Amino acid sequence: MTTSTSGSKPGRNPFARPLQYLALLAYMCFLAFPLLFLLSTAFKTSRELRSPDAGVLPESLNWQNFTDAIEKADLFTAAGNSLLVAVTTTVIVTAVALPAAYALVRFRTRLRGLATGWILLSQVFPFILIIIPLFLLLKNIGLVNTLLGLVLVYAVWALPFSLWMLQGYVAAIPVELEEAGAVDGASRMRTLGRIVLPLLAPGLVATSLFTFINSWNEFFFALVLIQDPDMQTLPLALARFVGSEGQVQLGQLAAAALLACIPSLGFFMLIQKRLTAGLLSGAVKG
Amino acid sequence: MTTIARPLDERPTRPRRKPRLSGGGRDAWPLVLPALLPVMLFSVYPLVYGVLLGFTDAHAGLGVETHFNGIDNYVELAGNGLFWTSFKIGLIWAFSVTILQFLASLGLALLLNLDLRLRWLARTLALVPWAMPPVIIAIMWQLMLNPNYGPVNRALGALGLPGDVNWLGESSIALPVVIVVGVWAGMPQTTITLLAGLQSVPAELNEAAAIDGASTWRRFWHVTLPALRPIITAITTLDLIWNFNSFALVFVLTAGGPGGTTMLPSLFAYNEAFRYGNFGYAAAMGNVMVVLIGVFLFFYLRGQMRRRLQ
Repeated sequence: MTTSTSGSKPGRNPFARPLQYLALLAYMCFLAFPLLFLLSTAFKTSRELRSPDAGVLPESLNWQNFTDAIEKADLFTAAGNSLLVAVTTTVIVTAVALPAAYALVRFRTRLRGLATGWILLSQVFPFILIIIPLFLLLKNIGLVNTLLGLVLVYAVWALPFSLWMLQGYVAAIPVELEEAGAVDGASRMRTLGRIVLPLLAPGLVATSLFTFINSWNEFFFALVLIQDPDMQTLPLALARFVGSEGQVQLGQLAAAALLACIPSLGFFMLIQKRLTAGLLSGAVKG
Repeated sequence: MTTIARPLDERPTRPRRKPRLSGGGRDAWPLVLPALLPVMLFSVYPLVYGVLLGFTDAHAGLGVETHFNGIDNYVELAGNGLFWTSFKIGLIWAFSVTILQFLASLGLALLLNLDLRLRWLARTLALVPWAMPPVIIAIMWQLMLNPNYGPVNRALGALGLPGDVNWLGESSIALPVVIVVGVWAGMPQTTITLLAGLQSVPAELNEAAAIDGASTWRRFWHVTLPALRPIITAITTLDLIWNFNSFALVFVLTAGGPGGTTMLPSLFAYNEAFRYGNFGYAAAMGNVMVVLIGVFLFFYLRGQMRRRLQ
């Protein structure tokens, strides 16, 4: 299907192309409209939001909702917590997964099969089975209601997937390159640092950003493990906001939601191309 | 979440020679151990513990002793009508979302694979929900579906239809509405995965079929679809698991309401554990969920395997 079908070739259904565009348009509306609406709500004044005949678009670009949302202390603290947790998790996971992924690919051990099996298996189990024991475990070592406890949990749950992705990238580097380095007399560390690491860099970036976003977005573990309002992460704070004032302050809610999306949206815009190409080649080629 | 890979061992096997670099499997241990230990401690151990908890009367609270109580939990569960209702809702949710997601994503992936203008924009848009936390997707759809202010009701009203539907508060329609949101939220992974699959279908196959005079539809059915089958199997399986276990989206959208009509089993078990403190009983629910979904997946995957072998 990479060849453009129908439309362009003579003798084919002349309606095919317009219909395809129509379908694409419908998809784009379905996907984009909620986002545009969120954006427009964030710029509306509370008067506009209450009036029954206000248009879909805001009357003016009114940043009040954004400043209000930022000034809300708990949202700001929550964003800080989220950032801290996500960055720490990412650093730990990357540091641990990189050597492990390399070892799993280059030394053909039985571990690789085990690791893959575990990655798949861990997907099947409902979180409830994991969260109760984790909660009890963290409670015993005094890490419930702490960001450190959350980091530990996130790191462990991000590890299998990072390992999986990184393995794909490592496997894509021809082992001959390393052998060539060894033949030329480079030490093992030098080969790794000068040959493997640069080639691995894009994959490493993608993997660590992925970990970052997953931790930034995570909700369930945080919901169970964090009760202290000072320790809550952004998704938690937002969810609580919905339950309380959010029903009244729709504009602020929308603004806060948009702000919370910025890191992940920014990341996706940046690596959009690489994501479709690189991530998939990493995962598909395994 | 593109774990669509073929099983790793299925890769075209390189000539089986040991890389000269490696010093055998033992060298791998020190490198793998830092990854293995925390995973053992914080994921394998809790999982085993969690499964075992399902056979105890564990309860939240200080100084409460926990005893194994055999299959008591399961006997009680068998008679718990609310749980089975929630289980049924979970199945309806998981299957509907997975199937609709698959159909919608396949359509979009086919379009994105064509040489259309604005394809880049559609592709970007298709990725955006992926970047959004489920909590925010839920907030956004709450705004969309707001009975007074939401554009969905406004549009209906403008068309002369009843414009005061309480989409998330009406027990007869809440579940279908939540399913639509689920489809929206889950389309990116499926679309991108299928698109990658489509791009790996050799163009020559389609060209050959076209030269033989096969119609677009026949080419899709007899060339593209069979080539996609392994990827379809993988992504629908994963989607089904993810959807069955999903939590945050529905938790924020409806919290299981109205009247329990969107009470997914994961929400039900969460309430049981962290509202009522019945850890053992909630873990038993988790066990039942794993077993039933596991049995289903076994038959589904076996069926797909056989089909592939034929």
